[in-house]
Amino acid sequence: MNMMAGTVPLSLTVNGEEVARMVAPRTTLADFLRTDLELTATHVGCEMGACGACLVLLDGVPVHSCLVFAVQAQGQSVETVEGLVASGALAPLQQAFHERNALQCGFCTPGMLVNAHALIARGSVPDREEIRDAISGNYCRCTGYEAIVDAIEAAARKANGEGAE
Amino acid sequence: MKARAFAYARPSSLAEAHAAFAGADGDASFISGGQSLVPALAMRLQAPQVLIDLSAIPEMRGVRLDGETLRIGALTRHAETLTEPLIRAHAPLLAAAAPFVAHPAIRNRGTVGGSVALADPASEFPAMMLAMGAEMEISGVDGMRRVAADDFFQDLYQTAIEPGEILVALHVPAAGPRHVCAFDEMARRRGDYAMVGGGILAERDGAVIVNPRIALFSVGPTPVRARNAEAEIAGKALDADTIAAAQRALDADIDPLDDAEIPAAMRRHLARVLLGRLLRKLETCS
Ligand SMILES: Cc1cc2nc3c(=O)[nH]c(=O)nc-3n(C[C@H](O)[C@H](O)[C@H](O)COP(=O)(O)OP(=O)(O)OC[C@H]3O[C@@H](n4cnc5c(N)ncnc54)[C@H](O)[C@@H]3O)c2cc1C
Ligand code: FES
Ligand code: FES
Repeated sequence: MNMMAGTVPLSLTVNGEEVARMVAPRTTLADFLRTDLELTATHVGCEMGACGACLVLLDGVPVHSCLVFAVQAQGQSVETVEGLVASGALAPLQQAFHERNALQCGFCTPGMLVNAHALIARGSVPDREEIRDAISGNYCRCTGYEAIVDAIEAAARKANGEGAE
Repeated sequence: MKARAFAYARPSSLAEAHAAFAGADGDASFISGGQSLVPALAMRLQAPQVLIDLSAIPEMRGVRLDGETLRIGALTRHAETLTEPLIRAHAPLLAAAAPFVAHPAIRNRGTVGGSVALADPASEFPAMMLAMGAEMEISGVDGMRRVAADDFFQDLYQTAIEPGEILVALHVPAAGPRHVCAFDEMARRRGDYAMVGGGILAERDGAVIVNPRIALFSVGPTPVRARNAEAEIAGKALDADTIAAAQRALDADIDPLDDAEIPAAMRRHLARVLLGRLLRKLETCS
């Protein structure tokens, strides 16, 4: 076991690619993604778990990247909104958000998309209560949420509802 | 809003973790899920020299049935309490409380052990340890010891865990078909800490309630057993008179303080209402 000050080696997978860097242990995963890897789709609002703008998938599940130190993700797999967009995984949600006007300034949108993506990946069509629960930790100061719930519902129906492709 | 610099250690055994704590002269913090600790570090409420990550310690993982006792590793995530069949079957109060703990993404990361070790007076899981009569398995440099939930929560954020000790697992008497339980809380918004909350675990013999354990949270500096209310329902069927008597008795069980948002009298009122709801919805839970 090593106990080192200064920077420490970190290797992990980000959006399918192996990444190895030296990091200071106090660097959050959010800051590591944004500053070291220049992946700025992960937004940082409150840095205390309250706003949900910083959500990423860590080993497949949504977590707040402001509440994880990068060193804790050693050997794990991170997917950011950039990766999910590049793979096309978010395309139906992006389309639904666009059609329903579910974003205005867009600050909250990456976090909303990560949570909505995980919800839809469960494979069923959530009811509006379940959608509200899934995004209960995501603040949006613009839209009033209704359009976001609409968009997630529409995307879920398309993905998992009767007659889904 | 950035943590002060610290060194990082990820021990792979309890012995290594204790050595790391000693090596830092005690100026170290343990981290499990980090969902309470990371904000505290960001706000510099804590600024340890060394952060000791408990996530690679095998004894702290997993859920298994040891005879009549369910052993829940401290690193079990909040989200796992919703999906793990052994918890749903034998510690159903945890599964019932989990949807009320924070938000889904925080539940993916926060650990049951971290929540119990922190002992936030508004937290769901610590109170459920009281209701379930759990025992905490604690590791120190001199070995393991067990502390009953009734002796574990001592004061505001203060538990039987001494500095440098590690909560390794929670041992819960396995509930079965004879048990009934209920959980509920009142919060202003979904995912917020509760204004009051509580859980009940009991056995039912015909219509009669036996060995009830009622635990409330957000009603004082620690989660509390409502022993006077328990005495009112033990050995009785839950009719309207019994429930009303338990609600009256509850006043002597709790000692909420006035705070800026909620006066003590309001918490007392909400606790009485909550107890009535809990008793009316007690049902088979596993
Ligand atoms: C926005 C938000 C909302 C929340 N809402 C709720 C809520 O409604 N209800 C609720 O109960 N919680 C809530 N939480 C807190 C969350 O449940 C935390 O996960 C939990 O309190 C702590 O668990 P953890 O594993 O994250 O612990 P950590 O944050 O890693 O640690 C918490 C504390 O316990 C110590 N510790 C951790 N593990 C051990 C161990 N095994 N042995 C000894 N000491 C240990 C740490 O040193 C630290 O002091 C919320 C958090 C956030 C950010
Ligand atoms: S920046 Fe992470 S929750 Fe707000
Ligand atoms: S669109 Fe502006 S915060 Fe949600």
